[in-house]
Amino acid sequence: MSEPICLLEAVNLALARSLQDDPEVILFGEDIGHNGGVFRATDGLAHRFGAHRVVDTPLAETMIAGTAVGMATQGLRPVVEIQFMGFIFPAFEQLICHAARMRHRTRGRLSCPMVLRAPFGGGIHAPEHHSESTEALLAHIPGLRVVIPSSPARAYGLLLGAIHSDDPVIFLEPKRIYRASRTLVEDNGAALPIDRCFTLREGSDLTLIGFGAMIPECLDAAEQLAERGIDCEVIDVASLNPIDYDTLLASVAKTGRAVIVHEAPGKGGVGADISAVLGEQLWGQLRAPIIRVTGLDTVMPYYRNEMHYLPGVSDILDAVNKSLEAGRDEILQATGSG
Amino acid sequence: MKPSRDQKIWMYEQMHTSRYFEECIEKIYMEGKSPAFNMAKGPIPGEMHLSNGQEPCAVGVCAHLSADDIVTSTHRPHHVAIAKGVDLNRMTAEIFGKKTGLSGGRGGHMHIFDAKVNFSCSGIIAQGMGPAVGAALSRHMQNKPGVAVAFLGEGAANQGAFHESLNLAAVWKLPVIFVVEDNAWGISVAKSASTAIEHNDARAAAYGIPGHFIPGNDPLAIFDIAGEAIERARRGEGPTLIEIETYRLAGHFMGDAEGYRPKGEKEALFARDPIPKMRQQLLDDEDWSDAQDQELVARTHARVDAAIQFARDSEYPAPEEAMEKVFV
Repeated sequence: MSEPICLLEAVNLALARSLQDDPEVILFGEDIGHNGGVFRATDGLAHRFGAHRVVDTPLAETMIAGTAVGMATQGLRPVVEIQFMGFIFPAFEQLICHAARMRHRTRGRLSCPMVLRAPFGGGIHAPEHHSESTEALLAHIPGLRVVIPSSPARAYGLLLGAIHSDDPVIFLEPKRIYRASRTLVEDNGAALPIDRCFTLREGSDLTLIGFGAMIPECLDAAEQLAERGIDCEVIDVASLNPIDYDTLLASVAKTGRAVIVHEAPGKGGVGADISAVLGEQLWGQLRAPIIRVTGLDTVMPYYRNEMHYLPGVSDILDAVNKSLEAGRDEILQATGSG
Repeated sequence: MKPSRDQKIWMYEQMHTSRYFEECIEKIYMEGKSPAFNMAKGPIPGEMHLSNGQEPCAVGVCAHLSADDIVTSTHRPHHVAIAKGVDLNRMTAEIFGKKTGLSGGRGGHMHIFDAKVNFSCSGIIAQGMGPAVGAALSRHMQNKPGVAVAFLGEGAANQGAFHESLNLAAVWKLPVIFVVEDNAWGISVAKSASTAIEHNDARAAAYGIPGHFIPGNDPLAIFDIAGEAIERARRGEGPTLIEIETYRLAGHFMGDAEGYRPKGEKEALFARDPIPKMRQQLLDDEDWSDAQDQELVARTHARVDAAIQFARDSEYPAPEEAMEKVFV
């Protein structure tokens, strides 16, 4: 690939590569064939690989997920598209009671190698069920992998990793950054590991932890903080189940400070879990309370108030300042110079 | 389509096996659960949904299937599992929660999976239907032989998954047969109080596929209709919906007081028990003697007794095994 591509095109590239390399891969979903998907993630694939590989389904998510379970346990690798994450709820029964438990329940005799892709998150001025982030509901489920890319290269590599995995994988695509940036992505068929964090920027003062569309915000904030002489480490969690705690713990043990950023509501969110584990494991090594920057504990607002709801760079900077001040107070108290 | 003598004897033997198996399970289930019924006690804790009375549905359909064909069953799966040829020792061990069970004692009686004969079941109603459609699609896409049969209860026919699955199977003409075991009761609610039509075969018309209602819990009639439907699916002509009138001789689950049943219903059902009826048919219509019958009964009892002994003798899984096989 000689031209730089965006995250959405990287998804398309990984799907095309999988269809080409593996005859067991079948794309399956609403409006993905002739229409190429509502966001164009499957653009051109039905034409190139045929309607028997890129299959338009009825608008019926329970059946889409159920059919994918049957396909996956009988030798195929369905890659399902749920048009918006807000349409995923009818599929929960199959995802939670069947797909996620197949391996455990059959003692590994059966597995359910399916991928369910869904665009998620706010920032495109759509109503709430086209903008919400309900990843915590899925990341809570044992046996269900949840993977979220935050750049074109990671979208390509992580989607290949998801398709190669013998576990069911929920692959959530941050639609706000579908077309936000372009980079060169080599179409070499190389998968990225789907159980690792990605350290995007090394730093010693504080660890910024996020995923999806919050990663560009974290990187922007880190850039601004660097100008003030504050050196942030930025980690893309990327896999929400299971979470690569080795990387997170090593980073926060080093910096002593963590700010966790996601756009889903804070209550019961992935950030709450990460915060709890860091607190449990690093008690005594933390220099400040772990701070979460999240969406508000409410329904995703309609478009005029969307940016009020979504965390942004200034919210991250506020949290970082709070973290640094907490540390400074302690130091001042300890030295008796306050 | 009429069964041969051998097929009739096979059906009769599977019905006997299932019935005796459940009679044994029923007794063992009650071990430790008296004087006060406590579901958590005894060698088989948890819920227990018996299928006695519904054996004709299983044998009339599975007589036409091979190990390659796919079956998804329900929370009431024993009769279908036995007729599909699921390993009886390991199925019994699974019900006891033992390490040697088909799922290593992780699943219990509502989660019996035997990949060797392509059998699975789900404790959630109607939710085996989508996977059956997907399995049929998989065979179709890979040009492999085999049909899928989804068993469900009549209560499940009011689920969205029922309609979504029928529609897709019909649109794509998939080799799948939907078999509704109508035992008249959705737990405690009568079919007439939950379902807008008398027989679910009428719903086939909404999807442009053949629908059949089979009255009388009759294994020979089920063999006939199911055989036609399965042959049709094998010819690539698409799905069929079959509803079978059957009898739930037990409660919804063991411990069910069954206060919702009209007086005399159970006695009337037992009077129509399909197993003695089939025995009489064999004696009347086929070269079949009392001595042969006794030999068959002894054979099935020995097989079931051995399976139960195997389950009793097996070890429980270690607690730490619960953490295995969550992810690859």
